[in-house]
Amino acid sequence: MTEFFQNLGLSYEWAWGLATICGILLIALPLMLAVAMIIYADRKIWAAMALRRGPNVVGPFGLLQSFADGLKVFLQETIIPSSANRGLFLIAPIITFTVALMAWAVIPFNSGAVLADINIGLLYILAISSLGVYGVILSGWSSNSKYPFFSALRASAQMISYEVSIGFILIGVVLFADSFNLNQIVRVQQGHGLGIVNAFGFNLLLFPLAVLFFISSLAETARTPFDLTEAESELVAGYQTEYSSMSFALFWLGEYANVLLMCTLNAVLFWGGWLPPVDWAPLYVVPGWIWLFAKIFFFFFVFSWVKATVPRYRYDQLMRLGWKVFLPISLFWVFLVSGYLMLTRYS
Amino acid sequence: MTDSPTVRHHGSDMFEGYPVDTADTAGDQAVTNYTINFGPQHPAAHGVLRLVMELDGEIIERVDPHVGLLHRGTEKLIEYKTYLQALPYFDRLDYCSPLGMEHSYVLAIEKLLDLEVPARAQYLRTLFAELTRICNHMLNIGSHVMDVGAMTPNLWVFELREDCLNFFERASGARMHSAWFRPGGVHQDAPEKLLVDIGEWCETRLPKLFGDAMSLVIDNRIFKQRNVDIATVSKEDALAWGFSGPMIRGSGIPWDIRKSQPYDAYAQMEFDIPVGTKGDCYDRFMVRVQEVYQSARIIKQCLRDMPSGPVASLDRKVVPPKRAEMKSSMESLIHHFKLYTEGFHVPAGEVYVATESPKGEFGVYLVSDGSNKPYRCKIRPTAFSHLQAMDMMAKGHMLADTTAIIGAIDVVFGECDR
Repeated sequence: MTEFFQNLGLSYEWAWGLATICGILLIALPLMLAVAMIIYADRKIWAAMALRRGPNVVGPFGLLQSFADGLKVFLQETIIPSSANRGLFLIAPIITFTVALMAWAVIPFNSGAVLADINIGLLYILAISSLGVYGVILSGWSSNSKYPFFSALRASAQMISYEVSIGFILIGVVLFADSFNLNQIVRVQQGHGLGIVNAFGFNLLLFPLAVLFFISSLAETARTPFDLTEAESELVAGYQTEYSSMSFALFWLGEYANVLLMCTLNAVLFWGGWLPPVDWAPLYVVPGWIWLFAKIFFFFFVFSWVKATVPRYRYDQLMRLGWKVFLPISLFWVFLVSGYLMLTRYS
Repeated sequence: MTDSPTVRHHGSDMFEGYPVDTADTAGDQAVTNYTINFGPQHPAAHGVLRLVMELDGEIIERVDPHVGLLHRGTEKLIEYKTYLQALPYFDRLDYCSPLGMEHSYVLAIEKLLDLEVPARAQYLRTLFAELTRICNHMLNIGSHVMDVGAMTPNLWVFELREDCLNFFERASGARMHSAWFRPGGVHQDAPEKLLVDIGEWCETRLPKLFGDAMSLVIDNRIFKQRNVDIATVSKEDALAWGFSGPMIRGSGIPWDIRKSQPYDAYAQMEFDIPVGTKGDCYDRFMVRVQEVYQSARIIKQCLRDMPSGPVASLDRKVVPPKRAEMKSSMESLIHHFKLYTEGFHVPAGEVYVATESPKGEFGVYLVSDGSNKPYRCKIRPTAFSHLQAMDMMAKGHMLADTTAIIGAIDVVFGECDR
């Protein structure tokens, strides 16, 4: 795209800048649309499992429900509690939302179709998702209210705990792929399982990691059964309790953008990303992004499914699972994977 | 650090009486417990419960339940109504099991009047009392599960609650506030088709849908982790705190008024009393789950053995005559007029009648001075005595456990606050 702008007579710097902005818009705008539709899908899936109908009034089959909700919160008054720290109170949702969008820069949508094809893509994602917790902590603290404060404490502990094991899980993938670049990780998966299946998940050594990663991504995005930060039967609405209108909506959008991101990561890291599931020539006719979207939606469906079926962990049980189960297993798996690779690939 | 830490009091004396460390500790921060208001506007407070909780981190140090936010002066209002007019107030006590509340009241009046109730009325009451039990347990089981975070089973069992409410509507015309049990029997006979439908429902829809919903939670590891060993109450404690109903049975004491002092047709019924072994929240939950099956068993027996005959006493000084009779009989017209203007007089005396309501022992202490209005009507609610043990049960547990404990108590404030 840079060349296109250069051909229009712009200097390289300007052309590059314009091309990047276009790239960002090309990702961010469809992403927002996807978030709106995925909220609708979440509600529909959940409703079907609960013997309800879900949204079905606004637009055909209720498809426009999310946009109606968006319009509603946009027109509402932003209420800032008198005892809140105004600056931080308003910055917090912006952080959550922005950080949720930033991580998408390194996600490959097709072979080479990525905004920033940096060679440490995975590290970048880890760094960005660690930043996400600031939005929650700041909102909980700056609200100067008791339930949000509890939620902020829980959120910080929870996200940090699970990021530790996510880090170790990713090391297994990185060792196998021999790269931090997400595009490269996808390419390595071609024919990885039995020579025909395009997925790390079909490697017996990596399958347990795929399961751990899926559960950790539930915890990372604070979805049921790890939704302690916004557990409405304990903490009312958690850190969002004091928020209203757009500041609330930003949390909402950021949260679902994060859910989509984690679904994408599941697909990219373990299940072949934009590759078709099987390494069979006719399947490559279908564009890669369609395969990726199908995988993302599959994982999102599982997210919703889990949300509809399981109760919520208690704080200490969550910590126990994170530190006493996930961490030792993922740590041991790093040892196992590197040992296996030492014996086979590097000996 | 020259200033001693001050504690801000929001409002005047909201937390008066709670330890506030104001000692001038040079250099050290004085550490006070975190006090939070759980309710009355809280999604898990089951109405208007207000718990003032003192927390050490997430650990509960002290819980102070504040009740009375739904106090409507029912007992006093009853003193100004005739016996029949006071009946609908009972529907509005525990609005989740209205017929169970009426039951104690009508039995108390009948005892004072020394009134014989026809067999069919007794069976109908037993049947609908058990249907009420299922209806109530559906709400409680669903909300208990939801309190620990599972959303779906609640909506599944609400389908069954909806069925129960439809049955009430077909019998009495009202879904919730039926006012169907009357002194001397029931208001109107239940249609034959309704009884057939209830029997069919107990055979098919109830076990299927309820079994499905319970299969999601009973063996769920997270659900167990959230409930097993939470708020364990020993047999001695359960007795000392005045527990009743599923709360005391959860602690392993097979105390059930339907068995120990049977009323209406319960003496003829065959059913088991499920009891818990540990006395924790999970046991209380499972006791309720089993009670649903036992209730279905009782309903089936009622339907099988139900005799025909009148559905209310033929004593025309208490029960109004049929409308058709009034057209031809002067005596009936007088009875009808007297009953709907003055009401019936109840001989002087006092009586305490307790029934096994779905939530536990629900008692009515009725004092009559011989007039047409109760001199005093003291209501013994079930949740009140359970709620007073809140501090004992919750101490040392975590904030998240409070919701499980409240869910297992099965508290409804219409009844607790009266």
